[in-house]
Parts: sequence; C-alpha cells; structure tokens
Amino acid sequence: MQTDNAHPAAPAAAATASQLPQVTPPHGHPRNPGQPLDLDWVARVQANTPAIERRAATLPGRRSVKKEYQAAWLCKAVSLIDLTTLAGDDTEGRVRRLCAKARQPVRPDLLHALGMEGLTTGAVCVYHEMVETAVRALEGTRIPVAAVSTGFPAGLSPYRLRIAEIGESVRAGAKEIDIVISRRHVLTGNWQALYDEMREMREAAGEAHIKAILATGELGTLRNVARASLVCMMGGADFIKTSTGKEGVNATLPVSLTMIRAIRDYEAATGYKVGYKPAGGISKAKDALVYLSLMKEELGLPWLQPDLFRFGASSLLGDIERQLEHHVTGQYSAANRHAMG
Amino acid sequence: MTIRDIFDAMSYGPATESAAEAMAWLDTHGRRFGHFIDGAFTQPGESFATMNPATGETLAEVTQGSADDVARAVAAARKAQAPWAAQSGHQRARVLYALARLMQKHARLFAVLETLDTGKPIRESRDIDVPLVARHFYYHAGLAQLMDAERPGMEALGVCGQIVPWNFPLLMLAWKVAPALAAGNAVVLKPAEYTPLTALLFAEISREAGVPKGVINIVTGDGETGAALVVAKVDKIAFTGSTEVGRKIREETAGRGIALTLELGGKSPYIVFDDADLDSAVEGLVDAIWFNGGQVCCAGSRLLVQEGVAARFHTKLRARMDTLRVGDPLDKCIDMGAIAGPVQRDRIAAMVAANAEGDTHVAACAVPEGCFYPPTLIAGLSPSNPLMQQEVFGPVLVSSTFRTPGEATEMANNSRYGLAASVWTENVNLALDMAPKLAAGVVWINGTNMFDAAAGFGGVRESGFGREGGWEGLMAYLRPARTPRALKPVAPNPAPASAKVEGIDRTAKFYIGGKQARPDSGYSTPVWGAKGRLLGHVGTGSRKDIRNAVEAARGARGWAKTTAHNRTQVLYYIAENLSARAVEFAARLKAMTGKAGEAEVEAAISRLFTYAAWADKVEGAAKPVPMKALALALREPVGVIGALCPDEAPLLGLVSAMAPAIAMGNACVLVPSCAHPLMAADLAQVLDTSDLPGGVVNFVAGPAADLAAALAGHMDVDAVWSFSSADISGLVERLSAGNLKRTWVNDGRARDWFGAEGEGREFLAQAVEVKTVWVPYGEG
Repeated sequence: MQTDNAHPAAPAAAATASQLPQVTPPHGHPRNPGQPLDLDWVARVQANTPAIERRAATLPGRRSVKKEYQAAWLCKAVSLIDLTTLAGDDTEGRVRRLCAKARQPVRPDLLHALGMEGLTTGAVCVYHEMVETAVRALEGTRIPVAAVSTGFPAGLSPYRLRIAEIGESVRAGAKEIDIVISRRHVLTGNWQALYDEMREMREAAGEAHIKAILATGELGTLRNVARASLVCMMGGADFIKTSTGKEGVNATLPVSLTMIRAIRDYEAATGYKVGYKPAGGISKAKDALVYLSLMKEELGLPWLQPDLFRFGASSLLGDIERQLEHHVTGQYSAANRHAMG
Repeated sequence: MTIRDIFDAMSYGPATESAAEAMAWLDTHGRRFGHFIDGAFTQPGESFATMNPATGETLAEVTQGSADDVARAVAAARKAQAPWAAQSGHQRARVLYALARLMQKHARLFAVLETLDTGKPIRESRDIDVPLVARHFYYHAGLAQLMDAERPGMEALGVCGQIVPWNFPLLMLAWKVAPALAAGNAVVLKPAEYTPLTALLFAEISREAGVPKGVINIVTGDGETGAALVVAKVDKIAFTGSTEVGRKIREETAGRGIALTLELGGKSPYIVFDDADLDSAVEGLVDAIWFNGGQVCCAGSRLLVQEGVAARFHTKLRARMDTLRVGDPLDKCIDMGAIAGPVQRDRIAAMVAANAEGDTHVAACAVPEGCFYPPTLIAGLSPSNPLMQQEVFGPVLVSSTFRTPGEATEMANNSRYGLAASVWTENVNLALDMAPKLAAGVVWINGTNMFDAAAGFGGVRESGFGREGGWEGLMAYLRPARTPRALKPVAPNPAPASAKVEGIDRTAKFYIGGKQARPDSGYSTPVWGAKGRLLGHVGTGSRKDIRNAVEAARGARGWAKTTAHNRTQVLYYIAENLSARAVEFAARLKAMTGKAGEAEVEAAISRLFTYAAWADKVEGAAKPVPMKALALALREPVGVIGALCPDEAPLLGLVSAMAPAIAMGNACVLVPSCAHPLMAADLAQVLDTSDLPGGVVNFVAGPAADLAAALAGHMDVDAVWSFSSADISGLVERLSAGNLKRTWVNDGRARDWFGAEGEGREFLAQAVEVKTVWVPYGEG
C-alpha cells in the first residue's frame, strides 16, 4: 500500500459527490475528488515497455469466450460504446442518424433472439456544436451526450477559451466532457502545470464527468503515459482516455495496460475508482473482447460497466452486429444487413 | 445461463479445445503402442497405461522397454549412424527442415496430444512448446548446413542415449534430437514414463521427413528402461531430469569414455529491486512459477524482494494470484492445468504441509478436484528453510527480502543449484552488474522463461553441465576427429643402486596461495634424475593439501574480475620470465627426462603466448533471437579448476593446463607430472615474479589417484581435468557426482602436447561457462 497517499484531499470540486444517473448503477461508486499532487509518487512510477508488451501480446491467447458467452460479451461491448462522430463535415442530420443508431444499435430481431431488448450504446460523443442536436435526439433515453472539448484535438487554443468551452458544452446539455491535456506539460515533465490544468477543467465541468484524453500516441513513452495518467487522476479526472482518434497511434493494448495499472494503483492508494476509455483503432469484435478481458483481469468486474469503462469507437459496432447475427443464425453476416448509423 | 445473465455476470464460460483428432490418432494405433525402432513400431509388449492427469482417464497403453528392447534400438542406431554421418551437412539439413515443417503442419495435433498427456494448458503447448519445437528444428537445419564449413575437424559422437522428462516431453525431445541429428548422430530416446505420446507421434511423423531408418529410435518405459539405456553401448548420454537421477547417471557412466550432458533441477531466484516496474514483475512471476504449474526446472521459485517495496509487491502478487484460473487444460481460458500425476501432486502437498514457517497465501481461485494444486505463496522464509533450498517442482513460490544488491546476490547464490535467475530493475547499471554475479547458466533481465534455439540453455553447480541451443549446444554432440592413441603410463626414474648426491640440498615445496608450503603429511619422496642423480625431494601431497589449495584458489576469485587485458599482460610476463630462465629450465628437463629440454621450454613459452593472445579474444555473442532482446552469450570462468597435469611433458603439460585456465579467469589447483614433479616448484618461482596474484595457481604434488580423488570429491571445486597417464578417468568422473562438477578426462588416450591438439579452442571451451543473459529492450 502507498500509505503516504492513503489520505486523499477533501473533495474539492465535487463536494456534492454528484453522480450521473444514466450510468451509475444503484450501488455506484463515489466520484473521484482528486488529491493533492504527489510528486514523489509520480517520480517512482515505472513502466517496463518490453514486459508490458509481452503481457499485452499473450493476453489474447490466455482468455477466450465462446458461443453464448461471446454473444453476451459482445452485447456488453455495445453497451460500453461511446458512439462517436468527430468529423469536420458533421451536420445535424448526420448526428441525428448517429443518435438513432445509439438508441437501436442492433437489429431488433437479433436483440429479441438474444433476449437483449433495450440494449443501447453507452453514450454518443460529438463536437460542441452538435451537443444540442444530440441531446434532443436522445430525449427519452438514458443515453448521455459526451462532448469533446478544450480545443480538441490538439488542445492548443487559448487556455481561457478551452476552459470556457467546457462550460459551454455543459450548458448545452453534455453530461460528459472529453478534454485533451496539454501534451507539452508531459513531454517537459511539468507535472504541476498538468495537474493545475486538470483541476481547473474538472472544476469547470461541475456535475459533468471529465474524461481526460492523454493523446498517448504523442507522449513518447509508456512511462510518460503512466505518469500522466496518475497526475490526471490526482487532478480529479473521472475517466482517463487514450486518444483523440486523431493521433498517429491510438489505443493499443500496452498503453491500455499501463493506464489501467495506474488506475489500480490510484484506487489502492485513495479508494477511488477512475474509469478508462480506449479510443481509436478498436474496430473488430475480437479486439473488443480482448479489451473486456483485459479490464476484467486487471481491474475486475466494476470496470465492465459504463460508469467505469467505454470504448471510443465508430466502426466497432458494425463488426459486432455481424458477429451477433452469426451467433443467432449460425451463418456469417454481411454489412448491408445492418442499419447504418 | 441466459445471455442476459452472462451480460450481467461477465463470466468466461468454457472454451474447450477439441481432443477429437488426437483421440482419433490414438485410435489408429488401437491405443496400444510398441517402441519405434529402426523406422517401425514394434509389437506392443508388456505395457502400462499413460493417463490424462486432468481426468484420470487412460489415453493409451505403452510398452515397458526391456534391456533387450534398448539393445535392439541401440543396434539399429549403430547401424544407421555411420551412413547418416557420412551424408553431407546439406542432406541432413533437408531432413531437419522437413521435421520443422512437419511440426508446423501438425502443430495442433501435437499441442492437443501434449496437453492430454501432461495436463499443461493448451495455451502453453499451442503457443510455447510446439512453436519452440519447430523453431529448434529450423535452427538446427541451419547448423547442419553450416557445420562442415564452420566446425571443421569435428565428428559426430555416434549413438546418443537421450532421456527426457515429463514436463516438456516434446520440447525436450526437440532439444535433444535436433542437435544430435544435425551433428550426424543417431539417437535412442526414452520419453518419460507418464508422457510418451508426443514422442511416438513424432517418431511416426519423422518417417515423412525422410529420416533414415534407425537414426531416430524411441523406447518407452519407466526408470528401469532409462537405467538400461544408461548402461547400454552408447557414446553419449544426454539427460534432463532430477538432480538425484542425474547424479546416478554420472556415477553409472563414469570411466566408460562416453560423453555426458545433464540438465537438472533448480531453485532459481527471482530478484525484484525497489526501482522495478512492480506490476510487470508480478506478471512475470505468473510466467515464472505458474507456467506449467511450476513444473519447470528453471522456474523462478525463489522470490527475493527488496525490503522497501516488499509489502506493496506482495499485496499486488496476492491479488494477482487470486485471478489465476486453474482447470481443464484443454480450456483456452485457464492459466494452470493439472499437475502431471498424483505422485507429483502428493509430493508438492507434503512439502508444503511440512512447512510451519512464513505466511502462506493460497490463491483464492477455484481448483477442481483431482490432480490439481492451487497457486501458493509462502512469504517471509529464512534462507535456511527447506522450501528455500529444495526444488518443489510445483506451483509453490517462496519469498524472502533483501536490503542491498550485494545481499541479493549472496542470497541468490546461496543454493546448490545454478540454473536460471531473473533480475527486475529499471537501472541498467544494476542489471548488468548483477547478471555476471549470479551463479546461473541463464539470467533474464526484466523477464523470465525466455527460450530460443539460438541461445544456450543449461546450468552450473548441481543444475548440471552442458548447454542446449546455439553453437555451444551443437558442440555437445561433436568431438575432435582424431585417431585415438593409447597413453602409456609414465613412471618416475627409478632409484639408482647408489645415490649420486651433488650440490646443496634442494627442497621443492608446494605452491599454495602464492606461498611455498610444506606437505601436510610430513612425508617426502626423493626424485631421481634420468642418470641416477638425486634431483631433490618432493612433498607427498594429501587431501589436506588439496583442501588448503582449493581454499586459496577460492580466495583468489578477484582474478575473475580483473580485466582480460590485465590477464593477458600477466601471461606474457610469465612467458617473458620463463624465457629469461630458458637455459636453466631446459637443463632441468634434461636432468629429469634424459632428453634435451630446449624444445619443450620454447613450446611452453609459445603456449603462454597463445593464451595471452586468447585471454582478450574469447568473445561472447549477441544471439539473434526472434524477439526484441539482446540474448548475450557471456563467456565466464568456470571457477576453481583442478587439473591432473600430463606426466609425459613436465613443463609443457603444466603450462598447457594452467594457461587456458587462468587466461579465462579461473583459479586452479594443479597436480604436476607425477613422474617429474619438481618442474612445478621451478615454475612457481617464475609465477612469483610475474605479477600473478597468490592463489590463482596452486601446485600440489603427489600420487595422482589420491589427489584426483580429493579434487573430484571436493564440493568447492567446479571442474576437474585429468591428463594423467594413470588410469583415473573413471575415478574422477565417479567422484565428481558429489557436486556434479564438470569433468574433462583423457580416458587413457594420448594427446600431442607439442602439436595443435595441445592448445586452443578445445581447452578454452573447458575453461569457460556460457551464460546467456537475456535483456529485453524497448521504450515507447
């Protein structure tokens, strides 16, 4: 135990311990309030790349789910997807279509056959300008809208505008804010700056949950990923997230393993559970199963619920739909048999 | 469970690999097997059952091999060997390549059959064992292809008896068969009693690879069959198994003039420093001690954690243990399968039950009834605890703490064994400082249980000797091609009828720890010249003098750490000082042997130059392993080498043994020519003036058999060489079984000390241990 970290600071931004009704189960966990920046802890974080890569490479061979178990796990994956559109050519029509897909992610007859009626995705994730459209399109559901914010994806617009953007999105109805961190603070080891930024963004979000995007593909080393993860959690992140989807390299298993080990250490030291969101590059049903087993193995069942785990993905759902149809019919499926988003 | 139930519970469910094809193959043999001799299966004879340990069901009946069966197999191998060796390396390479390809083509069948027979998880047999087997045959196809060009002057040993254990039946077969065949040997392999099936499948498939009849023979059976193979007319025994059986084999093969390699037990340390990536080190332990249920000779079974992080590390470790899954080995979703048999399971349970010390954590995971054992950690044991010393060969990890790198080294090396070691630290200085200090044949930095055909594997101390893998592994199946000549005993000059005594009385003492020493016995023997002149007296050495000399040699371990450049300079300096006294030494030789001594002195000076040259040129290697890692083959000194020097060349023989030993950083205890022992006293004076630290070279003269027995039986001697003209090769080999030291004996054969066979790589290879240090790298 890291006893020196066992006494987290009094909740600062979230004294009310607000929880998202949409995603928090009845016996939900309290929201991470953050804690003072502990530089000793940050400094002693290690991440041995080859060992992490070995664990990541062998995991898919160590865990396997078949038949009805696989179908159930794929349904679980659907429920954890932040169905996402983050393109310059997004329009209100496009976003409404995406929201319709979030409400009905899998063909009704298949869900009926699986006994999984009512399955929806975890959330819809859009740019700020599309938040209101999405919120209206999802009225009557429990699906929250997440907004990417703070000068997404580079995070290099003026600081006060980045902070203001969070408030705008919350006012527009976003329940979750996916912020991007300033990579330069990580790359220069300026942990205090990263921490301060995180804290301020957390405060700006108020009741809305914060997912801190580390842009791991731009952080250079897994050690940096581990340290940035920790600092963001100390700064009060509700989730830590790998990528914007715009970096050269997005979510990978080694990066994921590094981040979720940081989450485990943070919980061991503070008692607070922080969520995890891999984003970008996860497009196959099989990959989703590996991620779910990774979460189950390394963090346990609580991290297989939407309040602690999400996939940031746009094309994953299509592959899962085909696999589910295969499970129901015994025949391999085709993309055109499933409604587009 | 409905899909919605599973959706809520997120349980794994069964993911079972089908055994149908493997069962069908067993059925094609009527589930009864004979031996595989001379390219065909024999009629099944008196048989016993081989079981699936996970279920207790009988898989097949296999034949209990008799001494006659073994003899028939050896005869078939004998007949096949010469034609096989006469084929070109390229022809043998084609066969080995075909074996590699066949392993890949039948990969799943081999994997499932291995899992059925051993109880190991299908993931391991599928992802580790079988791919390593294929890789081994590929690599050795290459060695066969290159051998003629790269190792000229070497020839196959002949017929090799090979005995493999039940933990990696097919992989150990590959480690034995591939190098043997590449080198041109024929083999008789005895698989373990409980796990013979993949060997039989391999035998069947080998016919499709064009392996000539008789080159591969498989005789199944229990320990009796193995014992019959050990005493059969073979040219080599290669054994992987327990230290206890290895010791018996050492005794049994002693004096027969056959080669022997032993890959035995271990209690390998797993060292975690406070700056390590603790999560990765915990995960590494899963692969170290819970790989194949800990039934691995090189299992990291002795955890040593730096005190400051020990509590945190153990907390993480216990949590990780609790998520391990133990169950049906064919399930693709389990971490640990069955223990190989009820006997093994009960032995593990008894060893754990006998322990009262420490803090025991049994993994909180479901463990099926039957031949299964839960992952177990016993923390806080003192080094004296039997579980810290004895091999459990099961999923039982013991742990202790240390304070400093020095203490970690001391604790790690506080073992009779020396097979493997793991070191976890993010500090490259520390890692590379630790690796050479650990008494082990293999060191993994920030990793564990990495294997490859290109990288040598094998132990030191009671973990055995010989390497498998790489060129060094191939050399264990080759010998220099030479026509053997018998070595005639060389007797001291007889005492004359009337003694001729001239000059001042001369007292030749021993040379121990850099000082002249009287014999402990208080006895001396006169030494007579060729013409009946009294040349002096030599002390009669005894085991006490050997004890003192070994102690001095052990105390000179700093020599191993000096730079190669320094050792080179000392060897040149010895040559220089000998040269300065060349006339005197030549006269001395003439007086002793009656023959002109100039040529021998010049040869001795040249020999010293040879090893001065070699001292800084015996290079390690970075092996091209198929992963992002440096696999460094370091050449390390063996330690303390005892040598019975040639009787026939009093000076050159002494130098020929001494120079390669000290060039490579060993300390040595040398018994000079029994016929002409005074030479050592003269040479000691040269050493004294040549900046050689005391204790690096020690001379004790006396009766060869007595001193050989004392050296071979000494537990703190790492190797014994015998070039004596007395018939002591068997004695040396037999007595070396105590601590399983390496031996190199002449088997009564002569060596031309003045020619090429008197020096060079053959000697250097005996003066070093190959240590493979794996350093995975990568950042980002």
